[in-house]
Amino acid sequence: MEYFLQQLINGLTLGAIYGLIAIGYTMVYGIIGMINFAHGEVFMIGAFIAIIAFTLVWMTGISSIPLAILLVLLVTMIFTAAYGWAVERIAYRPLRGSVRLAPLISAIGMSIFLQNYVQLLQGARIKPLPPLISGGIVLTEGNGFAVQLNYTQMIIIVVTVVLMTVFTLLITKTALGRAQRACEQDRGMAALLGIDVDRTISLTFVMGAALAAVAGLMFALYYGVVDFFIGFSAGLKAFTAAVLGGIGSLPGAMLGGILIGLIEAFWSGYFSVEYKDVAAFSILVLVLIFRPTGLLGRPEVEKV
Amino acid sequence: MTVAAPPVAPGIAVWPILRDALLAGFVALVLAVPLVGFETVDVSGVGLGLNYRFGAVGVGVATVVIGRIALSLVALGHGMPILLASLAVTVFGFYRATEGDMAAGLVGTAAAVLAIRAAVSVWRRMPWPDDARFMAPGLVDGARRLAPTGFLALAVLFPFLPFVDQRVLDIAILVLTYVMLGWGLNIVVGLAGLLDLGYVAFYAVGAYTFGILGQTAGFSFWMALPLGGLLAALFGILLGFPVLRLRGDYLAIVTLGFGEIIRIVLLNWYEVTGGPNGIASIPRPSFFGMPFRAAPEDNETTFADFFGLEFSPVHRIIFLYFIILAMALAVNAFTRRIRRLPVGRAWEALREDEIACRSLGINPTNTKLSAFALGAMFAGFAGCFFAARQGFISPESFTFIESAVILAIVVLGGMGSQLGIVLAAIVLIGMPEFLRELNQFRMLAFGAGMVGIMVWRPGGLLSRRDPTIRLHPPRGPAAAGGRT
Repeated sequence: MEYFLQQLINGLTLGAIYGLIAIGYTMVYGIIGMINFAHGEVFMIGAFIAIIAFTLVWMTGISSIPLAILLVLLVTMIFTAAYGWAVERIAYRPLRGSVRLAPLISAIGMSIFLQNYVQLLQGARIKPLPPLISGGIVLTEGNGFAVQLNYTQMIIIVVTVVLMTVFTLLITKTALGRAQRACEQDRGMAALLGIDVDRTISLTFVMGAALAAVAGLMFALYYGVVDFFIGFSAGLKAFTAAVLGGIGSLPGAMLGGILIGLIEAFWSGYFSVEYKDVAAFSILVLVLIFRPTGLLGRPEVEKV
Repeated sequence: MTVAAPPVAPGIAVWPILRDALLAGFVALVLAVPLVGFETVDVSGVGLGLNYRFGAVGVGVATVVIGRIALSLVALGHGMPILLASLAVTVFGFYRATEGDMAAGLVGTAAAVLAIRAAVSVWRRMPWPDDARFMAPGLVDGARRLAPTGFLALAVLFPFLPFVDQRVLDIAILVLTYVMLGWGLNIVVGLAGLLDLGYVAFYAVGAYTFGILGQTAGFSFWMALPLGGLLAALFGILLGFPVLRLRGDYLAIVTLGFGEIIRIVLLNWYEVTGGPNGIASIPRPSFFGMPFRAAPEDNETTFADFFGLEFSPVHRIIFLYFIILAMALAVNAFTRRIRRLPVGRAWEALREDEIACRSLGINPTNTKLSAFALGAMFAGFAGCFFAARQGFISPESFTFIESAVILAIVVLGGMGSQLGIVLAAIVLIGMPEFLRELNQFRMLAFGAGMVGIMVWRPGGLLSRRDPTIRLHPPRGPAAAGGRT
């Protein structure tokens, strides 16, 4: 029971990270109907910017950990968002209205480019981040096994919940959110009604990248190591999460992320660590076969 | 605020160009500062330290600003001076790069791209006489007809050319393997329009089929070859059957996931695949039962003995070269034939418009499945060959990057173009083998190239995305010229 509880906590933490990345996939898919293949790489860049920012903050001698994290969070979100914007501007905007495969291939190219760009600039070796926040609280103890909730895990879950709330309000209440939902339904009509479609799409990428940056920061905090290759498998799993929850649906992305995180945690806890990725990808295939619209998605209507 | 009329040249609005360039420079600055400006380094005891590289940031931002101004000028029709200037910078940059100045090399590359852009602009604006425009397509068509024969003759004679030594031949075999893989993937991506990101999985199935059978059951290459192809096709059907009903981009992700699953299984199923250690000492292919050995083992005839030649290790390599050449040509011939059959036409029709096809009674799932399975089969053959050539296989050889490289070959070559794939394979696989120093920039250039090609020529370099048949034949020289 204690072991189960511990896996539940680990899974939730992991799921929160996947969920944040998945939102980027789902929003972009909702608005322009393409898989932003480079999103995993944007997450990886976020993680790198986060560790660089942490090192800088350390050097300036700020010793208050909450302040440091807040500062790093802001810096990471801003700079990573710039990457998200640039990716859209360079690789996707010129291809709007092109054949379906073209933006996808360009996205794969972008993903390969970004991976090697970071590898060249920062080196191929694993970058360790010294553990900043140690300790935690023990929830229950029994059979010689203590269920622990790290402070890092608490921060991750709290930040995710706060961001999700802010984000939901942004989408449902503000003019930008309304413009986004309008573009999602009918881009041509939205343009006719005076919405700057290009700007809305750019902002969607910026928001997705900012959330991916938060995920990257938390990944770096949680695991303590970052390398240029983390974007690949995390991106794939986050995409799986987006599909599982129903692509195009924000709550679905979060739900999917948490489910994937739980599956991964329980699979590695009870079966085998080696095959945890196989479990996640198999889920993707199964969902696509039996319920292509995902858990909370709307069926897609194909029009001539 | 009013801006004084610039004295530079009449008709150039300086302020908008400058503003655009400064904006681009600002974005470049924001992008460059965190990742280019700081380098994380390991410091013992502390964990992480930082190196500063603000000089590189400055060079990068300046390149973007100047390049952006030049691009604006090219767009305004001042291609010629920009072309000359950028060529000069390219030469200078590459010259400095050979002396180890990496930043100069990158600036040179940027200048080269700019030069290409300027050259295209100059070419388009050139006041060609009318008949030159008509002659050019005729010439191009003539070259297109002759090129395959020329390439074929060159390929057959290649091992016997004087400058070809063992190393060159090894690279040629590698390039041909990728040509074969490219032609195989072309059936899936180019003809049927299905984006397969896990193509290397089928390659792996073929390689491990031969690896396992050759090591445990003593299968020879020629016995394992058909099995490898069939097994890969079977995997293709198993994977394709449930997922081919999905939309294109879902298929891409599922195939990507499948590729990863295969790799993880190969990595962890120690009892059968040897895990990360792979499978070693895979038997070499023999020439009709005659091995390539210096000394014959228990009463067998070696290849050299039979033909009365002196033994040389190059014989085996030439033999391998011809095997892969024949296999690749078989794929090519197969593709050209099947494009004329109903199933090949159905592939192309599906690529163009799936809904229309469904209305006409084509079963999309079965049609796609056939393309998928055939592509997988050819990858399986190529995998068998790979195992036979290397004599050793491990999961390292079958990563996602490998799939991406094969896809890049198909895409850069122009999806659907057979000759384009050969050229792309030579450029992408052959060149980096000769220029080992550039290896670290190879994948970077791959990615940037894929984006660039898609943005500027979504059809690929030598694109002929024409359906094999059309309802109305193209009319007049204008239509003929407008194809490329």
